[in-house]
Amino acid sequence: MSQIPVLVPAVLLLTALVSLLVGLKGQRAGHAVALAGAVAAFLLSAIGLREVVSTGEALHYAMGGWMPPLGIAFVMDHLAAYMTTLITFLGVVVLIYAPRSFGHEIAGREGFAWPTMVLLVAGLAGMCLTGDIFNLYVFLEISALSAYALLAVGDRAAPVAVFRYLLVGAVAGGFYLIGVAFLYFTAGTLNMADLYARLPELVENQAVVTASVFIVLGLALKMALFPFHFWLPDVYTNAPSAVAGLVAPVMTKVAAYAIIRIFLDVFPPGFFTEVVPVASTIGWMSAAGILYGSILAVAQQDLRRMLAYSSVSQVAYVGIGIGMANPVGLIGGLLHIMNHALMKGCLFLVGGAIRYRTGRTRIADFAGLGRTMPWTMAAFTVGALAMIGIPPTAGFFSKWYLLLGALEAGNGWWFAVIVASSLLTAVYFFRVVERIYREEPPEATDDGPEQGATDPPASMLGPILVLAAGVLVAGVMNVVIVRAVLEHIVAPLGS
Amino acid sequence: MSEVVAGYYPYVMVGLLLLIGFHGMAMKRNYMKKIIGLTIFQTAIYLLFIQGAAKSGATIPVRSTEFGTAAANYINPLPQVIVLTAIVVGVAITGVALSLMLQIHRRYGSLDEEVILKQVGEEA
Repeated sequence: MSQIPVLVPAVLLLTALVSLLVGLKGQRAGHAVALAGAVAAFLLSAIGLREVVSTGEALHYAMGGWMPPLGIAFVMDHLAAYMTTLITFLGVVVLIYAPRSFGHEIAGREGFAWPTMVLLVAGLAGMCLTGDIFNLYVFLEISALSAYALLAVGDRAAPVAVFRYLLVGAVAGGFYLIGVAFLYFTAGTLNMADLYARLPELVENQAVVTASVFIVLGLALKMALFPFHFWLPDVYTNAPSAVAGLVAPVMTKVAAYAIIRIFLDVFPPGFFTEVVPVASTIGWMSAAGILYGSILAVAQQDLRRMLAYSSVSQVAYVGIGIGMANPVGLIGGLLHIMNHALMKGCLFLVGGAIRYRTGRTRIADFAGLGRTMPWTMAAFTVGALAMIGIPPTAGFFSKWYLLLGALEAGNGWWFAVIVASSLLTAVYFFRVVERIYREEPPEATDDGPEQGATDPPASMLGPILVLAAGVLVAGVMNVVIVRAVLEHIVAPLGS
Repeated sequence: MSEVVAGYYPYVMVGLLLLIGFHGMAMKRNYMKKIIGLTIFQTAIYLLFIQGAAKSGATIPVRSTEFGTAAANYINPLPQVIVLTAIVVGVAITGVALSLMLQIHRRYGSLDEEVILKQVGEEA
């Protein structure tokens, strides 16, 4: 038994409470506490990841000393360690970035934002670490509720967009819970490992089939899988930049994680491919989403909206990896969870930096920023190249694995969709990059004090550059990551 | 048909409530009515758990000499705990939804979705 699996969410939950109380005295102190807690959670996850990789064994913790399957289990295996390390890393990076950005966009309301951000990270990390399907629901709602609160503090129209997201999110959570009910009343347990042991003899049971459909439907809504993506663009467009920089990279991915977890570790092997054709359905929905998101991204005038549609398309890459249901494709999907988190985080934070310095969000107004904000725009270019999938950036390698997976699945359409979407991604990002670098800055007259746009202060530029460097490092290191972590995760599929 | 309804009537009722709630959320234009729909939807799920755990001739899960040690004589406490947790989650969701609704009303002076979306569209 190890303490690490439970310490990560526990530290974060405690930090959220302390940060709220300390924040009443002054929001700077609240931020310091939140950041310290996030750093601690990141270090714990990294230590856990190292231990899991070096021993090859999962870390287990039984909540309150009640042994599973009676008690709630917390399990840090390769998949959970990979996800929590990524989530807490982004939490730290965004918390470093946020004070300046919040001070500019939502001044005076930051005090409550710090504990809520920590709570969001706690919910997401908890979802990845729990070994109990009902506990996963509770963490899912913790992360969702804190996300609603954070996203709603954005522009004027933010509450309207978030209200719709809340309704969708509540239905999604409800569907998941219905699935849990059917599973529990059929198999008599909520523990994932126990379900995995008991379900093989129940595969023909109608209740189990119904449960699988409800659970995947709920998670697909959360994941914004086409055609359930309709809530996402408005929410991301109106959110504060730093919040979008945290929610966009990790939140839909954690829903994708939950599908992968259910797929690999709850239902018996082959259930989603042979008994219920869930995997291929997800694959086709994703293929449609990849094209739809890319095409609409090309048409957007606002950078944030373009990035939002691009998110619809990119999260579907993870979905198509799940749909292939073969080890190589799933490795591609899993690798894309990390790669997209790094590059989309980087791009949203750059968007926030542009807004901080110039107040602009429309792509048409970005002319000449490459000259005045050289470092920020260099980071943007790295992120954009990674989105397109140009080696040696990270984006290339996940797409490479996905293409190999499509070949192995013998699905030429999916192969074509991935290639076509890369071309479309190139179209919409080169449009921005060209505007940034090729056109002259506008006349320095009309925009007031913010006109002298330069790179943002170090607390904003640092996180942006860290993520941009992360995109390159993840690209160069992809073989190491795949060998040490991802191949263990997809082992159940290998045959 | 009537046999199916008789055998599965709790599920039929739960399904009906889910549909009513979903209809309220998706079709009603008023935000308050959407929240009412949401509450009905959530309640249907609580009832699904409760009907699954229902047992006749058993007692509360506290050991008594009268009922002995056989598990069949006691009700399973886990679904009840799940429903309690789900109710807490549901209350939190409703609370956040109501506060969002208040914000929307303060900004747009209406709870009618079409009126609000029209204003949002004009401002964008």
